[in-house]
Amino acid sequence: MTSTLPGRLSFGALPQFATLAAVLLANWLVFPDFFDLRLQDGRLFGSVIDVLNRGAPVAILALGMTLVIATKGVDLSVGAVMAICGAVAATMAAADYSLVAILAAALAVGALCGLWNGFLVAVLDIQPIIATLILMVTGRGIAQLVTEGQIVTFTHEGLIAVAGSSALGLPMPVVIALVLGLALAALVRLTALGLLIESIGVNRTASTYAGVDSRSVLLATYMISGLTAAVAGVIAASDIRGADANNAGLWLELDAILAVVVGGTSLFGGRFSILLSLVGALVIQAMNTGILLSGYPPELNLIVKAVVIAAILVLQSPAAGRLFGFLRRS
Amino acid sequence: MSFKKLLMGAVYTCALSVASAAGAAELTVGFSQIGSESGWRAAETSVSKIEAEKRGIDLKIADAQQKQENQIKAIRTFIAQGVDAIFLAPVVATGWDEVLEEAKDAEIPVVLLDRTIDSKDDSLYLTAVTSDTVYEGKVAGEYLAKTVGDRDCKILELQGTVGSSPAINRKKGFDEAIAAHPNLKIVRSQTGDFTRTKGKEVMESFIKAENGGKDICAVYAHNDDMQIGAIQALKEAGLKPGKDIIMVSIDAVPDIFKAMAEGEANATVELTPNMAGPAFDAVMAFKKDGTQPPKWIQTESKVYLPDTAAAEYEARKNLGY
Amino acid sequence: MDNAEPLLLSLRGLTKTFPGVTALDGVDFDLRAGEVHALLGENGAGKSTLIKTLTGVYVRDGGSVHLQGTPIAPADTADAQRLGIGTVYQEVNLLPNLSVAENLFLGREPRRFGLRDARRTEAMARDLLVGYGLDIDVRRALGDCSVAVQQIVAIARAVDLSGKVLILDEPTASLDAGEVVTLFAIVRRLTARGIGVIFVTHFLDQVFALADRATVLRNGRLVGTREIAGSNRLDIVKMMLGRELETETMKRHRRQVVDAPPVVSARGLGRRAYVQPFDLDIRPGEAIGVAGLLGSGRTETAKLLFGIKQADRGALAVGGKPVRISSPRAAAALGFGFCPEDRKTEGIVGDLSVRENIALALQARRGWLRPLGRTESRALADRFIRALDIRTSDAEKPIRLLSGGNQQKALLARWLATEPRFLILDEPTRGIDVGAHAEIIRLIERLCDDGLALMVISSEIEEIVAYADRVVVLRDRSHVRTLEGEAVNVNDIVRAIAAEAVPGAAA
Repeated sequence: MTSTLPGRLSFGALPQFATLAAVLLANWLVFPDFFDLRLQDGRLFGSVIDVLNRGAPVAILALGMTLVIATKGVDLSVGAVMAICGAVAATMAAADYSLVAILAAALAVGALCGLWNGFLVAVLDIQPIIATLILMVTGRGIAQLVTEGQIVTFTHEGLIAVAGSSALGLPMPVVIALVLGLALAALVRLTALGLLIESIGVNRTASTYAGVDSRSVLLATYMISGLTAAVAGVIAASDIRGADANNAGLWLELDAILAVVVGGTSLFGGRFSILLSLVGALVIQAMNTGILLSGYPPELNLIVKAVVIAAILVLQSPAAGRLFGFLRRS
Repeated sequence: MSFKKLLMGAVYTCALSVASAAGAAELTVGFSQIGSESGWRAAETSVSKIEAEKRGIDLKIADAQQKQENQIKAIRTFIAQGVDAIFLAPVVATGWDEVLEEAKDAEIPVVLLDRTIDSKDDSLYLTAVTSDTVYEGKVAGEYLAKTVGDRDCKILELQGTVGSSPAINRKKGFDEAIAAHPNLKIVRSQTGDFTRTKGKEVMESFIKAENGGKDICAVYAHNDDMQIGAIQALKEAGLKPGKDIIMVSIDAVPDIFKAMAEGEANATVELTPNMAGPAFDAVMAFKKDGTQPPKWIQTESKVYLPDTAAAEYEARKNLGY
Repeated sequence: MDNAEPLLLSLRGLTKTFPGVTALDGVDFDLRAGEVHALLGENGAGKSTLIKTLTGVYVRDGGSVHLQGTPIAPADTADAQRLGIGTVYQEVNLLPNLSVAENLFLGREPRRFGLRDARRTEAMARDLLVGYGLDIDVRRALGDCSVAVQQIVAIARAVDLSGKVLILDEPTASLDAGEVVTLFAIVRRLTARGIGVIFVTHFLDQVFALADRATVLRNGRLVGTREIAGSNRLDIVKMMLGRELETETMKRHRRQVVDAPPVVSARGLGRRAYVQPFDLDIRPGEAIGVAGLLGSGRTETAKLLFGIKQADRGALAVGGKPVRISSPRAAAALGFGFCPEDRKTEGIVGDLSVRENIALALQARRGWLRPLGRTESRALADRFIRALDIRTSDAEKPIRLLSGGNQQKALLARWLATEPRFLILDEPTRGIDVGAHAEIIRLIERLCDDGLALMVISSEIEEIVAYADRVVVLRDRSHVRTLEGEAVNVNDIVRAIAAEAVPGAAA
């Protein structure tokens, strides 16, 4: 067996795609119109599109999170960074800056947040979970300062279009997530960055001793995570035409981590797959949308979610893999 | 530790001296506010100042930063200063007996604002001014019943955070109001966590689940923010909220007035930030001739409609929501 | 002698096996009341396994343990403590954020009305520590005290809890000379009270200064027990290294060392509390052996040269040019390579493939923007797999699945792929089976013939003799002797390590 990249996908990715298929099937069972699509004003409408559109912010967060987790780290601050960048974008939009200026500022702020996290982790050697917790906690405060405690709303056509327009019949956030995913996959796989990230994640000491510039790679990784959080934050603000410092991106860091884990990247670092993290994000959103469509009382939301996730993780566990292997052989 | 105390003292002194700049007033009232936890809370503080000014009352506000110990310290400072009355927006329900006993011994009446306390001894406070979240839901339901009339109406409900008391109560009140009208029926109910994003997402799925939204008659949201998200979802699906679909929600934040002014929402039930106004009146009456107010003053839960929306928006947009 | 002092602790035929390894193989060990008994051996000899088996961390697979004549089988360290056996580790495992007094009485605080009685705890702590000649504020946080005080507090707690047998596991490793003296005084006070002390250390000086007897382990087996009074250092070193000096010295393949300028030249290079300043010249085609006991500064010398630790004094020149090496990356850029002693945690990147592991150093040097193509790195890996005879079914196999010898060869390949001029190998043959052993030694010779400058650290003196042109001997973190020419033989090296009556070794 050779495990070239496509090879690795075709074998290792089976559980992820099977999970997605199972969740979609379940959605179809509780809501028979799940796969219905219709075209309206050159834009596709349907539950599947909702899954893609609503899943886009978590999918984008999961892109950066995948790289961070591959280095054996974690970025708890992405939800708060979303709030900060959304606040910056909304405040500037309310003051009628150009879209280019708004995006540049939001991305710069996101990169800065990532750099801060990276500095704590790579230079000061603070454990990632603690280092990023700092910004997770203070980030919403910073966002509050930007919005002065209010929900800043705007009517900026350009910024509204970021989440509100469509391309190729798909909502813009979906297109952004896809393009970013492809770009990031190209960045890590066409350069040596992916190998170096995996190497640091598996054994940072050995990698450093082999001459790998671990600090720079870690800094870059956290910065990418900050940037993806910025993009997600701008989309979230654009979506509701306002910035809600208290609630934007709330708990999404956990969904992003879950997406990466469901996508098969180990929290212990090492091998990662950006494509599969996207699949993981879709699984989570398909489940969320399915719950909303099912009409179950909301008290059951979290229970259903927990049961499904527990089932997914059990199915993907090495123990289950051994069991399946055994069943196949016998 | 002692430095911290010193700092606290300094902060209070500053806060008090700034707030008492109103000058020679008949009455001095100390207000221990929870902190700036939400836009509504900020509006409550602004409105309290405005109401005090209207009545020529010297209002001293101490911000407790969501900590009970700060509130207790603030009340003791107020007692030491010999204020005429103390307003308390308690951050938690228990643990107040001792400090309120001290206020009682100093013969300073205490008025609870917005939230109540758990205490066996209701002589510890003069009265409590609070809203009634069950009643708010009821008002919203009655508005809808009246507006819809006799035709059949499928209602979608956007609930607040599962298990939170406003969500439970606003649902309860609404259910009670529409129980008498069999033509009104909640067909879908989901939580939108009181946020715009979730309100929008839930509404998108409701639209898919309810035949592209063609059968929806009304949307009831437990707060305005979710309703604003829902309005966006409906518009993006090519529907006409406010016209084809009746939109009713609770809170009366500025942005919902904007939506009403644009014809996209129909009504909001106010959770008034003016808790201090009725409290001032009760205290003034009590000080004048010893009039005992009722133990519970329920604030008005007024329905606002599009006709006054533009004016209300202008009046509210600077209150700090 | 034996009947004069009763046996406090007696281990017979202690055996412990782990999957694939016999860590202890029928070891006997006695401890008398009131004696200090040193436990010696190189890394992997079985010292810590013995301690852990004795204190209930591991369950023994065979043999017996008697404490004052009663058979015991402690279930865990707490159980061992109750029975009377206390342990103090090099890294004090108490709670640095609690006070000295709280640490002493943690879990058994005197209580009043069911509450912890802080005042009584403090008074008791003061009384206890006076017995150790320690007069400090017992309310201070333990973490604020010096390592020596922490060590003494840990000893006081252990003795107070157990009171029969005290195990000191490398207690002096992070203490300075004065603190060591204090510690020894305390140990002597304890033995005077009849407590038996098991003293695990690498420092022979301290063994001779403190211990009554020494037991040496090698490869999980008992080599022997000696009365210190009747032995000299050479005997003990010979026992540890397992060499009989009569053994025929291995024939050495003599190389013609080119009289070229040195590749690496160190002058007074050192780092405070790490390695004493040393001079060193290494020429192309030359292999320098580095010998010394564990903890003598061998690995530290390598890490200093490779930039893992930065020198704070002295000068280094590479190819005649003065350089400062601030990181492994900088060292690699100068053409250095380093195969560390601890292959698993510092060498291999376990989950990555053999191919990726081989390409890693070269890729790191090229930078992330210039990736080695897949075919390129595949060709590179295949070339080295063939050249070094790395036995793997597939270049894409995760390297952790390979045997130790093949992992070592892959690590060598990682550096050879960067075409280095100076290669440091730290214990290249440790944990490798006999066949691969010989291959690696042949490989080292081949590399020298190719003109590479090599520095090889090893505990295997015969191996060093086989390939080294010169041998640097280290003791107590300083380079004490350099042996050249005919002096490169097992006998002289072992004598130099033992450093007894070797003229000029005092420097």
